Amino acid sequence: MATQEVQLNETLVHLKTESESLKSKLEEERAKLHDVEHQVAEKVEGLGQFVMKTRRTLKGHGNKVLCMDWCKDKRRIVSSSQDGKVIVWDAFTTNKQEHAVTMPCTWVMACAYAPSGCAVACGLDNKCSVYPLSLDKNENLAAKKKSVAMHTNYLSACSFTNSDMQILTSSGDGTCALWDVESGQLLQSFHGHAADVLCLDLAPSETGNTFVSGGCDKKANVWDMRSGQCIQSFETHESDINSVSYYPSGDAFASGSDDATCRLYDLRADREVAIYSKESIIFGVSSVDFSLRLLFGGYNDYTINVWDVLKGTRVSILFGHENRVSTLRVSPDGTAFCTGSWDHTLR
Amino acid sequence: MAEGSKERVGVGLTDPDEDSPNMIVYRKIENIVSRIQDEKAGGVAIRTVKSFLSKIPSVVSGVDIVQWLMKNLSIDDPAEAIHLGSLIAAHGYIFPISDHVLALKDDGTLYRFQSPYYWPSNCWEPENTDYAIYLCKRTMQNKARLELADYESENLARLQRAFARKWEFIFLQAEAQVKIDRKKDKADRKVLDSQERAFWDVHRPVPGCVNTTEMDIRKCRREKNPHRVKRSVYGVPDDSQSQPSPVHISSTPARKLTQEDVEKEISFLNLQLGRHCMKVSKVAESLMGYTEQFLEYDPLVSAVEPSNPWISDDTTFWDLEASHDPTQQRVKKWGFSLEEALKDPAGRDQFLKFLETEFSSENLRFWLAVQDLKRQPLQDVPARAQEIWQEFLAEGAPSSINLDSHSFERTSQNLKDPGRYSFEDAQEHIFTLMKSDSYARFLRSGIYQDLQFARKKGKSLTGKRLSGLMQSS
Repeated sequence: MATQEVQLNETLVHLKTESESLKSKLEEERAKLHDVEHQVAEKVEGLGQFVMKTRRTLKGHGNKVLCMDWCKDKRRIVSSSQDGKVIVWDAFTTNKQEHAVTMPCTWVMACAYAPSGCAVACGLDNKCSVYPLSLDKNENLAAKKKSVAMHTNYLSACSFTNSDMQILTSSGDGTCALWDVESGQLLQSFHGHAADVLCLDLAPSETGNTFVSGGCDKKANVWDMRSGQCIQSFETHESDINSVSYYPSGDAFASGSDDATCRLYDLRADREVAIYSKESIIFGVSSVDFSLRLLFGGYNDYTINVWDVLKGTRVSILFGHENRVSTLRVSPDGTAFCTGSWDHTLR
Repeated sequence: MAEGSKERVGVGLTDPDEDSPNMIVYRKIENIVSRIQDEKAGGVAIRTVKSFLSKIPSVVSGVDIVQWLMKNLSIDDPAEAIHLGSLIAAHGYIFPISDHVLALKDDGTLYRFQSPYYWPSNCWEPENTDYAIYLCKRTMQNKARLELADYESENLARLQRAFARKWEFIFLQAEAQVKIDRKKDKADRKVLDSQERAFWDVHRPVPGCVNTTEMDIRKCRREKNPHRVKRSVYGVPDDSQSQPSPVHISSTPARKLTQEDVEKEISFLNLQLGRHCMKVSKVAESLMGYTEQFLEYDPLVSAVEPSNPWISDDTTFWDLEASHDPTQQRVKKWGFSLEEALKDPAGRDQFLKFLETEFSSENLRFWLAVQDLKRQPLQDVPARAQEIWQEFLAEGAPSSINLDSHSFERTSQNLKDPGRYSFEDAQEHIFTLMKSDSYARFLRSGIYQDLQFARKKGKSLTGKRLSGLMQSS
């Protein structure tokens, strides 16, 4: 028996060596493609001064705001908070819609708006449920909820695919999963992260079937939704990846991490192509999102830093929140972006 | 583009505790704070200030700290330096000597540095018994500077009620602490007392101030002290009644890599090596090209007609975008790629209309049907898939599409066990067909050209054209 064990260990060691040498070879190959210096983006015109102000402040949550999402109508949003409430707002008028669902548990870490605008998904604890929205004030929404997803650890993020019928979730159990809303059935699961998965984002293309996820193992993985396979993997961050977001063209994505940097990864070059950081920024990034030329990062130092995607420089720093920014999303038509914070407000 | 290449630290070489998100920030702050205090290396002068009747040992002025931050961390805007400094204070690394509120001011206000004993990186989570001892001992010492603030008196009253039964014990502990303190040097005591007070300002902040000890619960499990064995600030033995907080359950230890895992990794790496990748220069060009093309459609960067609703409180822009009467700008976007045209419902309609004139609309209708199929609930999928087959692919189908034999074979195989992706091959083939063939003709067609140059006969004019008309009348 002992010899068998020794043999197994030897095989394992042998395999690990092979894996390590492949990794170095891959790095070499990829580095050969890095044929450009900083001059490329220097030719691009700078953006000039930006005046970005808070145009609306949404007050109503009794505790930290943990997550938010936009409705496709570009003005309604759903937000979830540690006070156990999920609120749907008309951000334009700042009125709360009549639906404020109270969750049975206080950690509602994820929420998402359905593409049709008729339902919201809430992730609480290790489950994700879909609640239909109704204009009838008297309807008890909690009664109509559909339990969809179930993980073996906390649910960190959820998102509808481009249909009300499917939800993608990520969890502290290290996996992502795709569910059929109607039946609650698991359609596909995605294994590959070595630690908690904290965030995910779906590719913007109508024809694409991929999504990216980021986790506490410092990796960002790109997955094929059909096969469940990991197609690409990126590991250059020095700490947890808290947020990932696709670039509008779908060829690249950005990630924000506790190492206080945001990074841009290109899928065609299969490597990191830009890093957005400053010596004076030492607190982690909790959330990132793109407009076309700008990358917005919500930070744990209560600020929002706005980066020029191409030049890698910071365009603006926005103050206003009185505690950590926990979530940030640009509106569907890019006319504004919304942030949620531990200071109980959304802006 | 800036390239960040950091040396990859080998897995397992770093202490896992040092890796945790909070530690990373603390270490950075500690590095900054050490540098500020290092006078020889360009730090700030820490001196004793003569005040009214006494000397104030070991202080720095706020303005000096702000200046140092700006110079050494390349900060241009003083507001940013003040904000960073205030955060460093809020976390308990520097503190104003005569205020409970931990914030940095850009003036002559005096600050002191916190003793490493009290640094947050030591994972303090002081119990209320410790806090009670602290407040109690302050009332025992007859010094004006140790008088309790209002909120502290309230806290003390609350604690006295809560710990009614063990108050004698707390009182004795407080007395013991006072004795210990009296033995220290007078000047030292001023500093030590202030540091102790600053410690409690972090862990029991002034009402209304941010409690920086709050943590993101998703990360709690990996903290240095997962079971939260409470270490007392004053050496009070651990109260066995306190239970570890339910949130702080230690995370599952990382699985040892099995042979299967490594084999999977190897095959993944081999796959990656075989992948054809683009050069970064090409990627950069592509990104810049894309940005340039779409820049006018980014409302945060370019002006929007008539105005951004969030700024002007006018929703006309949204109404225009939603209408099926597209602006010239929208129509121009359809010309960028077939994907863009299909994203816009009006674009889809126009393209469909065009295809009907060429008697090839079944291609687009097939593509749309398959997109719709993927959005159906699972139980409806098989039936819908059959419908699509009957409509577009079966023998004698009413809207027969032209598929190559390979795709056709694969699709009919897939239909034996119909799923959401049964038509993927066929859909890709049809999309490529439309893109390379019909789409180009669409852009040259009368339908598209008319819309692009707003040469609509008898229809309402939109956007720029309308304002042009009005000006001329």
